[in-house]
Amino acid sequence: MAFDEMTEGAGKVRAPYEKIAEWLESVPREQLQQRRLEAELFFRRGGITFAVYGDAQGEERIIPYDIVPRVLSRAEWEHLARGLEQRVKTLNLYLADIYGPQNALRAGIVPPDLVWQNPAYRPEMAGLEVPHGVYVHIGGIDVVRVDAEDFYVLEDNARTPSGVSYMLEGREISIRLMPELFGQHRVAPIENYANELLSSLRSVAPRNSASDPTVALLTPGQFNSAYYEHSFLADKMGVELVEGRDLLVKDEVVYMRTTEGPRRVDVIYRRIDDEFIDPLTFRPDSALGVPGLFAAYAAGNVTLANAVGTGAADDKVIYSYIPDLIRFYLGEEPILKNVPTWRCREAEHLQYVLDHLAELVVKETHGSGGYGMLVGPHASTSEIEAFRARLKANPEGYIAQPTLSLSTCPTFVESGVAPRHVDLRPFVLSRADGVRIVPGGLTRVAMRDGSLVVNSSQGGGLKDTWVIEC
Amino acid sequence: MLSRTADSLFWLSRYVERADYLARTIEAAQRLSSLPTAYVGENNEWESAIATAGCGRIFYEHHATATGETVAHFLVNSPHNASSIVKCFEIARTNARAVRTALTSEMWDAINGAWLELQGLNASSLTPHALPKFLAFVKQISLLIDGSGYRTMLRNDAYWFSRLGIFVERADNTARILDVKYHILLPENATVGGGIDYSQWAAILRAVSALTSYHWVYRESLKPWLIADLLILNEQMPRSLAACYSNIVANLDEIAGAYNRAGPAQRTARAINRKLGSTKIEQVFQSGLHEFITNFIGDNNRVGAAISAQYLV
Repeated sequence: MAFDEMTEGAGKVRAPYEKIAEWLESVPREQLQQRRLEAELFFRRGGITFAVYGDAQGEERIIPYDIVPRVLSRAEWEHLARGLEQRVKTLNLYLADIYGPQNALRAGIVPPDLVWQNPAYRPEMAGLEVPHGVYVHIGGIDVVRVDAEDFYVLEDNARTPSGVSYMLEGREISIRLMPELFGQHRVAPIENYANELLSSLRSVAPRNSASDPTVALLTPGQFNSAYYEHSFLADKMGVELVEGRDLLVKDEVVYMRTTEGPRRVDVIYRRIDDEFIDPLTFRPDSALGVPGLFAAYAAGNVTLANAVGTGAADDKVIYSYIPDLIRFYLGEEPILKNVPTWRCREAEHLQYVLDHLAELVVKETHGSGGYGMLVGPHASTSEIEAFRARLKANPEGYIAQPTLSLSTCPTFVESGVAPRHVDLRPFVLSRADGVRIVPGGLTRVAMRDGSLVVNSSQGGGLKDTWVIEC
Repeated sequence: MLSRTADSLFWLSRYVERADYLARTIEAAQRLSSLPTAYVGENNEWESAIATAGCGRIFYEHHATATGETVAHFLVNSPHNASSIVKCFEIARTNARAVRTALTSEMWDAINGAWLELQGLNASSLTPHALPKFLAFVKQISLLIDGSGYRTMLRNDAYWFSRLGIFVERADNTARILDVKYHILLPENATVGGGIDYSQWAAILRAVSALTSYHWVYRESLKPWLIADLLILNEQMPRSLAACYSNIVANLDEIAGAYNRAGPAQRTARAINRKLGSTKIEQVFQSGLHEFITNFIGDNNRVGAAISAQYLV
């Protein structure tokens, strides 16, 4: 039986959920249904959509939004936030280390070949200094609960984590649709996120930039699955939303083309992957990027957020070393737990995994979005055998973890209100003077009964996440 | 602002204005086609609607004859027509989506709402019976988009570029109607009088929603040279070439003021505006209405190109 965040054991309601439980008792189903429809309409009218790649039919989809909020107490959140800060500090220190002195490699904490052979490692970054040592300006750390005490980190997202617009829009909707529930709680606000993001970005502007640095958000364009979020954030920050073709580089300085001529850009919050940002340095066939951007970056004339090469810190093998890296860099014990991870590249681990495929979750080391993974307990024999062959052919490409019994939260589904599995992605901002986290994050929920896959590309939904005083 | 943003705002407005114009063109043709043949004479109103919409060549690649059915379908949502009404809204929304940050939420809502409605469009929405309702919807949407921009946008360059799009497109549309219909406005036809010509002239005015305005301005029955005067030179008439140009000049001046710099776009637009201001309708007829209109369409295209070169790329 999974840990349910609302009810413990024999129907005893946990303190943070007391009023939610009463509310669920008192509100008729039809009204819940009505509010859910209104929420969907809000997303549809607002164009708050995402695209699923390889899906010709649903070019723009909305994400199912569950109106029952997910609640954390202030104490639970503070514990979690301390752990997140510790984790993201370590990611930044690790990146500065592998692109710098390589202390962790020399000390034998991480095997060097894992660094050098990592496809996300960017040799171009070696020896470059980034302002204030910040690489992961925006981190999305996926955490799950299995009981009342512990949070586990499932995955670190250090490249261009998305979803924060859903966190913010979700809150707007629940304020609008459930004013009575809000009236009964003291919910920590999150609406200052864009403000925090902007000041974080400005804090890492190049030294030689103007006192009032210009920030722009670089998007691949409106056919990108997260385009809505890009425009949303640019709008909330009041910065230009630029595409590659809007930028030009002259004498290693980046400008945007405006109706008044070229204007210098100091900080670029880029939502384009490393490979595509500059056809001169990375993929020459990229039409999304800006020729010369990397040279301007290397010259220290523009800050890219996140830094180039952060993917070297967030794949699923490096993940398994993060607790050791926390101890190594900070001299602290990890506050958040890691899911035990078998690295299939190691012979003993591989043997164990092959012997226990039906119990394990096997993931591609460099995969994301819930694609290409095997959930052993839910897979058929033939699926397992097909996966076994893939695993044997390329053990380096996989890691395995036990299936965690993710916690559940009450969720409004067709059969009424029922427990569904959830995870949580808080967004962690690293800036010149430290780490900031707005209280909460994006709760993703597997809408199907028993499903553990919460990714929106696989039919997962969203919930508003409340941090409350109780 | 970003040049691309200005470009999107400009074209967003142009396409909405064009959709509105196409809806009016179809409406006017539908009205004429319901008259007895004797009143319409040799003219096929649907052929003329296609010509007014400026897509004759592509139309006849796919249809042998212009009938109410083929033309309405072609102008509303034919996949072969790159500027059908549906396509216009689609392009407008694509532009809107590209520059969401420069739009107010009311504007976005109007454009996205229209686009969502159009997703439900099907063959039954275009039967002769249902068509008027659809066309009314299109006109309403363009009013809504125009009005929400007018009411909610900051008066800055974003607003001015979106207004420029409206007036450059509107000038082009008005000129196109005149270009196709100039023959029925020529003086020698004036003596004919009677119901036939009246219907033809009224159709022109309806297509630019100026029939009532005509009566208020001239207080007499329809006269072809007065219709030309109204649509070309009368500044009170919001769709006249003169009104479009005084607006184009005003918006370009705002931009030049904000940027502290004027250029070819301002100079070209001012020259056209001066020319319209000093022209009398008699001179237009003396030197040839058709030549005048042809020249104007060329001039208007040059202004569009100058705006583009100066700001949008």
